[in-house]
Amino acid sequence: MAKILGGITTSHIPAVGNAIQKELFDDPYWKPFFDGYPKVHEWLAANKPDYVVNIYNDHGLGFFLDRMPTFAVGAAHEYRNEDEGWGLPSLPPFPGAPELSWHIIESMVADEFDITSCQELPVDHGFVVPMQLFWPGAPNNADMPRSVPISANTVQHPIPTLKRALDFGVSLRKALESFPEDAKIVVLGTGGLSHQLDGERAGFINKEFDQYCLENIVHNPTELTKISRMELVEKAGAQGTEFLMWMMMRGALGDNVSEINRNYHIPVSNTGAGTLLLECA
Amino acid sequence: MDQPGFDAHTHIPGTTIFDGAQAMKGYNLNKMCFSFNRAENRDAFKEDAEAYMEKFELTEAQKKAIRSSNILAMIAEGGNIYYLAKLAGIFKLSVQDVGGLQTGMTTEKFKEFLASQA
Ligand SMILES: [Fe+2]
Repeated sequence: MAKILGGITTSHIPAVGNAIQKELFDDPYWKPFFDGYPKVHEWLAANKPDYVVNIYNDHGLGFFLDRMPTFAVGAAHEYRNEDEGWGLPSLPPFPGAPELSWHIIESMVADEFDITSCQELPVDHGFVVPMQLFWPGAPNNADMPRSVPISANTVQHPIPTLKRALDFGVSLRKALESFPEDAKIVVLGTGGLSHQLDGERAGFINKEFDQYCLENIVHNPTELTKISRMELVEKAGAQGTEFLMWMMMRGALGDNVSEINRNYHIPVSNTGAGTLLLECA
Repeated sequence: MDQPGFDAHTHIPGTTIFDGAQAMKGYNLNKMCFSFNRAENRDAFKEDAEAYMEKFELTEAQKKAIRSSNILAMIAEGGNIYYLAKLAGIFKLSVQDVGGLQTGMTTEKFKEFLASQA
C-alpha cells in the first residue's frame, strides 16, 4: 500500500515564476522568500516521493464560469502549462499518474465526495510555481514525481467551507493509503496566505491572521474550521481564501505530524507568503 | 441572486463578493477576458477593441469601464479579478499597478503600503 510522506504548502504567486526564470534567488527583495526552500529540497532529496498530489486553485485557465467544479481531479497522462494571457514561455508537460487519479476518484466518490474528473486540464501558475519551487528546473528534474492535480473553486462564491476542505483531505488520505502500490506520496497545498487583488481594499495583508493560521494548521487544524467563509474573506483578503488548499492538504496528513520547516515573509508581490513542510509520523 | 430578505454575505468594506449575481452580471465581460488566454485574441483586441467588445456583447457600462481603464467600475459591472488580470496583461499592468489604480495611489506608494504591513 502507498504511504503519505508528508505535505508541503507554499504561496504560488505568478511573480515567483518570473523571479525563478530570472534566477533572482539572492536579490534582496527575493532572498527572504527563497530562503524558505533549501530545507524542502533537502527533505525531498532524502525522501524521493514517487507521486505528488498538487492541490491548487485554477485562476481562469483550466475552467471558466460556464462550468465551475467545486472539486476537480485531473485524470490525464500529462498536464500542460498553457498561456494564461501574459504570453509567458510555457514549460514542457508534467507527467501525470492516471491510475492514481482514477483510484482517488473511485475512492472519494464512494466516500460521498462528488468529484469532477478531468481528462484534459491545462494547469496554471497555481500548479506550476510550487513544482518549480520544490523541484528546481521542473518538470526537467530527475526526481520529478508523477502528479495528480486537484483544483478547488475559489474563483466564484459559494466556495467550500474550511471544514469541507479539511474533510476533503481526510477522505483523500483514505484514498491514497489504499492505493495498491508500494509508493511514496507527497501532498501539496498551494496558494495564500493573506492577499487581496481587487477593490478599494486591494493590497490588504494580515500578518496576525496568517500567523494564527500557520500556528494552528500544524497541530490544531480543527480550530480553523470555526472560521466562516465570509470571515476568511474579511481576515485573509478576497484571494486569501486560497487557504482552503492548505486545509485540504492538512486533512490528508492525519493527526500526527511534525513540523520540519516554516517560512513567512511580507510582501511578495501583494501577498503574505508562507511555506510549511510537515512530515507524517 | 437577489432574494428579498436573504443575504448570504456580510458586508466587507472595499470588497465585492464575486457570487452568482456578480457572475451573471459579468459573464460576457469575463468571457471576453478568458479569451485573452490566446495570443491571437489579445491581438484582435489590440487591433480593434470596440469591435472585440461588441463581439462579446458587452454592456455600455462595461465598455465604458474598459475605455477608461476603470478597474473598480469593471468589478462593479461583474468583472472577476482573475479574468481581469488577463486584460491588465494586455496593457502591461502589474498587480501593483492594478492595486494603485484601485486605491488611488501611485504604484510606488502602493508598493510602500504593501511593505508597511510586514
Ligand atoms: Fe492564487
